Parts: sequence; structure tokens; C-alpha cells
Amino acid sequence: MTTLEFVNVSKRYRVRGAPSMLALDDVSFTLHDRETIALVGQSGSGKSTIAKILTQLETPTSGEVLLNGKPIPRHGRGLRSYRQTLRMIFQDPFASLNPYHSIRYHIERPLRLDNVVPKAETEREVRRLLERVRLDADSVIDRRPHELSGGQRQRVAIARALASRPSLLVADEPVSMLDVSIRLGVLNLLADLQREEGLGVLYITHDLATARHFSDQIMVLHHGRVVEHGSADDVILNPQHEYTRELRSASPDPEKHFATTSAHPQGGVA
Amino acid sequence: MPDPLLSVHDFSIVYDVDPPVEAVKNVTLELQRGEILGLAGESGCGKTTLAYGLQRLLRAPAVITSGSVTFHDASGVDIDVNALDIEEMRRFRWDKISMVFQGAMNALNPVTTIGAQLDDVFQVHRPDLNRRERRAACEELLELVAVGRERIRSYPHELSGGMRQRVMIAMALALRPQLMVMDEPTTALDVLVQREILRQISQLRHEFGFSVIFITHDLPLLLEISDRIAVMRNGEIIELAPARELWEQPQHEYTKTLLASFPRLTGERGVLVR
Amino acid sequence: MKIPVRFIASRSAFYLFTAFAAITINFFLPRMMAGDPVTAYMQRNAGQITPEAERSLRILFGLDQDSSVWEQYSDYWQLLFSGDLGRSFSNGLAPVGDVISSALPWTLGLVGIATIVSFVLGTATGALIGWRRGSKADVIVPISTFFSTVPYFWLGLIAIAVFSSTLGWFPASHAYDKGSSPEFTADFIGQVIAHGALPAITIVIASLGGWILGMRNMMLTVLDEDYITVAQAKGMPNRRVLWNYAARNAMLPQLSSFALSIGFIVGGTIVMEMVFSYPGIGKLLLDATTAKDYPLMQGVFLIITMAVLCANILADVAYAILDPRTRQTEA
Repeated sequence: MTTLEFVNVSKRYRVRGAPSMLALDDVSFTLHDRETIALVGQSGSGKSTIAKILTQLETPTSGEVLLNGKPIPRHGRGLRSYRQTLRMIFQDPFASLNPYHSIRYHIERPLRLDNVVPKAETEREVRRLLERVRLDADSVIDRRPHELSGGQRQRVAIARALASRPSLLVADEPVSMLDVSIRLGVLNLLADLQREEGLGVLYITHDLATARHFSDQIMVLHHGRVVEHGSADDVILNPQHEYTRELRSASPDPEKHFATTSAHPQGGVA
Repeated sequence: MPDPLLSVHDFSIVYDVDPPVEAVKNVTLELQRGEILGLAGESGCGKTTLAYGLQRLLRAPAVITSGSVTFHDASGVDIDVNALDIEEMRRFRWDKISMVFQGAMNALNPVTTIGAQLDDVFQVHRPDLNRRERRAACEELLELVAVGRERIRSYPHELSGGMRQRVMIAMALALRPQLMVMDEPTTALDVLVQREILRQISQLRHEFGFSVIFITHDLPLLLEISDRIAVMRNGEIIELAPARELWEQPQHEYTKTLLASFPRLTGERGVLVR
Repeated sequence: MKIPVRFIASRSAFYLFTAFAAITINFFLPRMMAGDPVTAYMQRNAGQITPEAERSLRILFGLDQDSSVWEQYSDYWQLLFSGDLGRSFSNGLAPVGDVISSALPWTLGLVGIATIVSFVLGTATGALIGWRRGSKADVIVPISTFFSTVPYFWLGLIAIAVFSSTLGWFPASHAYDKGSSPEFTADFIGQVIAHGALPAITIVIASLGGWILGMRNMMLTVLDEDYITVAQAKGMPNRRVLWNYAARNAMLPQLSSFALSIGFIVGGTIVMEMVFSYPGIGKLLLDATTAKDYPLMQGVFLIITMAVLCANILADVAYAILDPRTRQTEA
């Protein structure tokens, strides 16, 4: 059982010549393995600050981030094992893969670093991982990132994240840079892997619709505060907080739109 | 009764590279006066190329290889856009058809004030206005889109994304064009801001009665705001239907795939695929 | 326009500090060198030096062993503020300030004008070439780049050989004809122009390539920006799009390279004045070095440092005027 906890985490940025900015204000939540939480917020809501704290690009101003009850070590073996337990998937699959290395190299590296499998089995494991993300191992393994499509690249990034057998995954807008028609495929893949591997996933997004369908819980972040946190259906279908309601009514919802408008949608904006 | 504003017939654009790429293939469509036409498709489907092609804004290696674009002016005159010479084309642009681009920083010149960029439009297209009249017109525009006249001396980087997009809309409105082409106007914006901008566009449209070609990959959004939707793929319009019809009875396989790519916000939960 | 107080204050502070540091280094440098040549010179010419001049030389060169470094340092500043830079050995003990001010206008006039002409011409040409990418005008780029890679002294000597010795179009050296003296007459001004033409033209030819290339490349980048398409969609005439939208943005990096190249311009000036025996600051420095005229050298260094600083300030101001974004960020 793996548990990631945010306990009263705040993050204040000091900006020279301006009042300091509270990017996160007393944020608390718990993510277990086998559990999915969607972190929904607009730009500036603090969701990327949370991702930065998890990747240790930032440290909280106050409060604690705990993995299995213990603070995240700053260095050494402890940090290594934290990074093996919690893996990230980033928004831009082009930027997160090194254009000079083959796909094989990208996936071998975490396998080697974390000694996941004996050296002799590395090749087999790389292929297994690629098949796992529904890529044809033979055709992609020796290619370089620029030879793949955006969706394939993101699948490689997912395979790489899975290589070290993590129990938690943080997916920071994993599909927002992909073409519309393949987004769902990648999300479905993530959902399947989550179920089959028993992963805990923190899905960071600005999109309410995918958040609802992908995750068990939704946490709405606004100006650095968690304004609403509950089961996905409750938050979307029966929002309690004013801001969640606003977000919901602002999100396109053709189903509701066509149900409520007459057969003449002339100038039907708003 | 049909009252067409823009007729596009058999319109093709080729990127003259090796091998040549057919970016837009034999597109034929008719835009009605006062209509909002949605143009949906994924990146690279040719929707932006088509929009630029209508105004002959393409740069090499893109070449218009066939077809005609006819603008049925409110004055009753039909303008054959492809037959205009360079100077006539220049005067036609923005005066009859204006454009709103993606809400990013880049659509506004970063080194001059938004007032100066609005003023440019009047200087070029309405040379008989004097400085004071131009200034008054710019201030009125900024008031109209709720940016406020006091922002006239602001630079683009001093405004939020939503504000910048309002300025773009103000600019597009300047000459009271009959058609506004909007290319992903709200894509880079947060959903709340996006909704406000859409509301603004709708309100201005009621007031000034221009038609809109709205280009985006966001099909759910298009379904809500458009009268008719054209779905584009590989340079072709594969389906063109009223929004409700497209939603209820999509004909083409690809349209169905696209529709299925967006999970329903309030529909049945659990499955990502419809 | 809003006055960006913060920006101006931080930039001024930066430049004041740089000036202070440069002057302080200028104070310590001779103290680290052996003071011997100066002492030797003063002993040789004992009796000819007025006590006043001797005092200032002592302060400037740290020969005042009786007083502490602090006292010397404050005396040095006092001297600078009263405009006293010591006496030049090689110019009959004339005040260094006077010697420099007789040479400075020539350099400033010639090199200043040539540099500005080159910058404006190169930037404008680069803008046009970038605008018409792929046209025949592209040929200008390799040609002008060729001239800027040729060593300058060689270019200068060739120019003298061809246009002066062979064709006789321009005089080969000096700032005006032998025998005349500076005065405000049409004849004299004509002489100055005739003498300045060849060095100025060679400077322009040698430096043009860099500006053209830099501007052309920036234009290609800027032309892909959305606001260019918007400007065209707005029905702006091409001239307006080119200058008000594209070139206006593309020239910002040009200004930065201008500020960076000021140091090289000083170096180039010395070579130019050597080749054309032009009586400017570069030649003065050269002569002072040959004659071991330390006070003059020190004075010239100081003036050059200040000139570079001033040019940087000008480039900075121009940048701030042209790019509103810099005014906002704190330096």
C-alpha cells in the first residue's frame, strides 16, 4: 500500500517589486494506490505548482508532503526510491523525450538505473513495456522521437514512466497537446493501465469532462485553494461551490445544449 | 430564403513542395448572411489554410490552384475575390472580411500600443478621418468590447490573455465588416474567459449582424455556437450539416469518431468512449 | 508615455557603478606598473615641470609615497573633477585634457558617423532582403559578408592603393591638407570631407555585412510571427507591414549587438587611424605608447572607457524606447 499525502501545503512566491503571491494555500489531500484523483483548475490555479512540488522543482513554504507517512528525502537513496515510486508524465511529449536517443534507450535507462530486471532481460522488458502501451515494439524500438506521431511519443513516455514499476503516477495534462481524435485513446490506455497495475494516478487537467470520466475523485483548485473535493459525479453533477458551478456551466456540453434549446439554435451562444 | 454572403466553389490549395501537398481539395460551400459556420477538424486538416486562402493571405509555397471565391456585398455587388488586383485586395481585406486569431500574445504587435494598432486600421482604410475622429473611434471600440478606453495606451504584454483577445475582436470590428473569420479564437484561454469572449461575440453579432466562420478543433464548443458545421479532413469538407443534425445523425465515419473523442460532461459516466 | 522610474533608476545605478569601477581601475593600474619611466622622465626634465603639474602627475601615478592610498585616491577624484588629467610628456607637457580634446572630435566625427551610417544602411538593407526572401537581392549577403571578413588594415591599404595612389580620387592620409588649419570655411570643410571619405567608406564596407546578415535573419524569424499575418489581413500596405511591424521588431536584437560591438569599434578605430594616419584618439594612443607617454595613455584609456559607456547608455535608451517590455522588467 502506497500513500501520498499533502498536509496543509502552502507555497508563496516572492516577486521582486510586487506583493508576494500565494500559489498554494493550505492544500491537503491523500492519494492511495489504485485510486485516481483529478486535479482540475485553470491557469494560475496552482495545479502546476503541485506538479512542481512533486517533481521537487519547488519546496513548500509550509506544510508537508509525505510518502507513506515519511517526508520526501532531499537526496540520496531515499530520493531515488521516491522517484521510483512516483513517476511523472508531462504535457509535451516532444520536449520530454531526448531527440538524440532511440526509443530503446529511453526505456532502458530507468530499467538500468533502478535495477528493475536482470541485465540479460532488459531487451525483453523494453519490448514488453512497449507492447503494454500498445505500440508495435519491432517498428518503434529503434526509432527516434521525431519519427513518431504525438500520440506514439506520449505512449513511449508512459512506457518509460512504467519501467521502474511505480505505484503512483502524476499525469500533468497528458493529452492536451495531442490531436483531438487520439486523446481519448491515450486516456483510455492510461485508465486501463491504472486498473491493471493498481496505480494511483493524479490526473492534472483543465478539462472537466475528461476529469469526470477518468477519475474517482475530483479536486477543484482555484487561486491556490481546494474549493471542492469529492467523488467525480458529485462534483460535476451536483457542484457545491460557486466556482465549480461556474466552471461547469462554462464548459461546452452539447448534450445539455440540444436538450434545452429549441430546434432553432440561431445565435445560440451563451 | 437563402441570402448568401460568401460562395466558395471548387476551391483548392496546394503546397508547392516536393512532393506537392494538397492542403485544400475542391472545397465548395456557401455561407449565409448572418450565419455562424463552424469549421471543425484536427491540426493539419487544412481548415486554417482554407481560411487564409479566402482572403488570399497565403504565402509561398502555398498556391491557389483552382476555384472561385465570391463575396456578395451588402451593396448588391458581387466581388470575385480572385480577380482583385493587389491594391483592391488590400482594400477588401478587413473592410469586408476581418479575422480574429488565436488568443495568444502573438497576434498583436508587441512593441506598439493597442491604440496605435487600432488606429492603423482607420489610417489605412479610412484616410478621410482626422486624428481626433480616429481616436474617438478607437476609444469607442475598446468600450464596446469592455476593455475600456483608458487602455488605449497599453501594450499587449500589459493585458491578460482575455483582454488581448477582446482587443483583437475590437480590431476586427473596426470597419464593421460583413464577415469575421475566427481561427481558434478561444483555444489558448481558460474556460471561463472563453465563455465570456463567446458571449461577447454573440452580443456584438446581434448588434452588428456580421457572419462568422468559426474555426476550431473543439467540436463540443462548435455544436453549441454554430448554425451549421463543416467537418474537414485531409483538405476536404467531408460533412456539412446544421449543428443539431450533425450531433444527432452524423453521416460520416470520421464525424462520428470526432464526436466520440469528447467525453460527455454530464452524460453517462465511466466509459470514456461513447 | 509613462515614465518608467524604476527602470531608469536601476539602469543609472548600474552605469554609475560601472563608471566608478572603471575609474578606480584606472587609478590602480599605474600603481601596479613600475613607476620608473615617470620618475625617470621627471628627473630628466627637472626644472621644466611646474610644481603644480608635478603634483598632479604624482597623484595620478601613485608616486606620492608619503600619503596613504586613501588620500591618493581622493586626491585623484578631485583631480578628475577639476578636469586635470596630468601633462603629456610627448607633447611638450601640454595638459593631457587639451591633447585629447584636440583629437577626440576627429574620431567621434568620423567613426561615429561611419558607424551610424553603417548601422542604418545595413539594418535597412537587411530588412529589405529579409522581406523579399529568395529574390535576387540575396546576393548582397555573401558579398557584404566577404568584405567584413577581410582584415580591415588590408582593406584600408587596398583602398588607398586604388582610390588614392592610382586613381587619385581621395587623399591618402590625414584629416585635412597640410598647411591649412581648422577654421569654419567652405574650403576647409571640403578638405575634411575629402580626407574623411576613404576611411569612412572603408569602415562602412567592413562593418555593413554584420548588420545586413543579422537583420535579414531576424526578419525571417519575425515574418513568421502571427502579428505579421494579422497586419496583412488588416489590409496594411506592404511598406507599413515591413517597417512598422516587421522591421520594428526585428531590429531589437540589432541594438543589442550594437551595444556589444562598441568595444570592437574602438579597436577598429585604432587600426583605421593607423592606416590612414588620421589624427584621432586611436592614433594618439598609438603615439603615446611608442613614446612611453604614460599620462597621455592613462587619459586616453579613461576617455575611451567613458565613451564606450556613453554609447552603451545610448543603445540602452534606444532599446527601452523601442521595446516597451524592457521598461517593465527590472534589470
